[in-house]
Amino acid sequence: MNNTSSSPHLKPVESPESKKPVPKKKRGFHINWLYVPVIILMSVFIIYPFLNGVRISFTNWNGYSQTMNWIGLDNYIRMFTDPNTWLIVKNTLIYGIGSTILQNGIGLLYAILLNKSMKFRAVTRTIVYLPVIISPLIMGYIWYFIFQYNGGALNDIITLFGFEPANLLGNPDVNVWLITFVNTYQFLGIAMIIYLAGLQGISKDYYEAATLDGASSWQQFKNITLPLLIPSITINVVINLINGLKLFDVIIAMTNGGPGYASQSLSTMMYQLYFARQDAGYAAALGNLMFLIIVIISLTALIYLRRKEVEA
Amino acid sequence: MDKQKKVVWTILGITVSLMHIIPFYILMTTSFKNSSDFSSKWLFPDYLDFSNFSNAWTQAQMGTALFNNVVITVISVTALIVLGSLAAYPLARVASRLNKVMYISFVAVMIVPPLTILVPLYKFIVDIGGLNTIWAVVLVHVSFWLPLTIFLYTGFIRSTIPKELDEAAMIDGASRLQIFFRVVFPLLKPVTASVIIITGMFVWNDYQFSVFFLQDKDAHTITVALSQFFSQYSNDVGLVAAGSLLGMLPMVIVFLFLQKYFIAGLSSGSVKG
Repeated sequence: MNNTSSSPHLKPVESPESKKPVPKKKRGFHINWLYVPVIILMSVFIIYPFLNGVRISFTNWNGYSQTMNWIGLDNYIRMFTDPNTWLIVKNTLIYGIGSTILQNGIGLLYAILLNKSMKFRAVTRTIVYLPVIISPLIMGYIWYFIFQYNGGALNDIITLFGFEPANLLGNPDVNVWLITFVNTYQFLGIAMIIYLAGLQGISKDYYEAATLDGASSWQQFKNITLPLLIPSITINVVINLINGLKLFDVIIAMTNGGPGYASQSLSTMMYQLYFARQDAGYAAALGNLMFLIIVIISLTALIYLRRKEVEA
Repeated sequence: MDKQKKVVWTILGITVSLMHIIPFYILMTTSFKNSSDFSSKWLFPDYLDFSNFSNAWTQAQMGTALFNNVVITVISVTALIVLGSLAAYPLARVASRLNKVMYISFVAVMIVPPLTILVPLYKFIVDIGGLNTIWAVVLVHVSFWLPLTIFLYTGFIRSTIPKELDEAAMIDGASRLQIFFRVVFPLLKPVTASVIIITGMFVWNDYQFSVFFLQDKDAHTITVALSQFFSQYSNDVGLVAAGSLLGMLPMVIVFLFLQKYFIAGLSSGSVKG
């Protein structure tokens, strides 16, 4: 596949005029050796720990001693009978699926706006995109200054209108959504840029033809824009799902998982079980649950959307 | 009519920008206030006081952290470029069944979320004596970002570097490695730029690995130093805000200068990833 037009960065490469068959000659070593270092690194730092994690999840290891006892399925039984597990899984799903819906909805709206003829387009794009490059931990701290109870910027406004200040981060019904919101705010820019590129790739001819046929702008959006954007939707949904389901930094910065377990996700819970409670065997079991959840949800979304791409 | 519409879109755009800039504005006002100033975060103080910044810099040991960040990021990204492009070359050029399987396996590793293997990975790093060392965290970063790097390089070599180029060089008697370094690698500049930006940004901003593997004060990176600083001084909002501002500044400056590469690089990485 020498599809040279697909890359925006492409510099034309002169292809040599002679296309004589190259003499097959052994030259030192086979170039497949070049990926051997990668096999070693990935096996040592990813595959081996992954398999070892499955083993540890069947033990009562405390995280530091030299011995660990095999306890069979006990960690998994504990996981499925502990009511907190469901709360934590629910939070993880809100972080993952909630941010995905918000980022894609708002990201698409912003992309449509930026695709219009307007002033300050480049500035707007830069500002919306800026949070993407900032560490999520720092982004969590910044929003902490806005949401915090004492002297938080949002409470200044609430009290200005004569209401009592609200302890938003300490409220279990609200803080999970605030964290979802911050994650959305931070990574909206990526969805916006990908949708913008998708929109700019749609030929104007389609819209002209549809206008001639008397199609309304909603009909045009539904029947032209949306189907042709499905490849961009696939990418955005899958990235946002994986990112949201493994959310960690923002939670640590804003609530540290509290109050109690209220805003805990699988990743922050694992961290606490391992480092604060020496419950490493159980933490490993939670890690495996998280792995399964992420793989199943993101693969399902990927396969479903790829099918839609084919239909479109 | 069209002019009216343009005005409407522009007003909408300005509204969006203003809404998105609020957090940065609040961070600025907060970081310039001294600890006895309880005025609203929406207002800038009427004095100019940089002491929060100098205090945050020394108390959070930001100098050490910044140095560690630079070292870790530079080594990791360099290793990713070298290992990733070298591995991608045979994968893109030799279309054997083995290489097909290898390519799919490499890329499939992308789906393992790093935190899910936290417990065994941490145990392994402790066992090999890598805790609080830069080399261990670099190796972990490199391993986890290699799949995306290989994916980007392989796709680029396949679609834009003609095979005839290698063949011509081979006729001239160059070895495969010479061909790679002298002929192919220089043509990979656009994708190398994307790799530097994507992996550089994630390694630079990393917290989830650094907080586990770099617990010693001397080994802290910016995010770890900040999180410790934050839990220690959380009552002094001005001080921790100044720390946060200092912590994000290097990345913001780089972004503002190389903006177009960031936007092109990140979207190419995610479009293909």
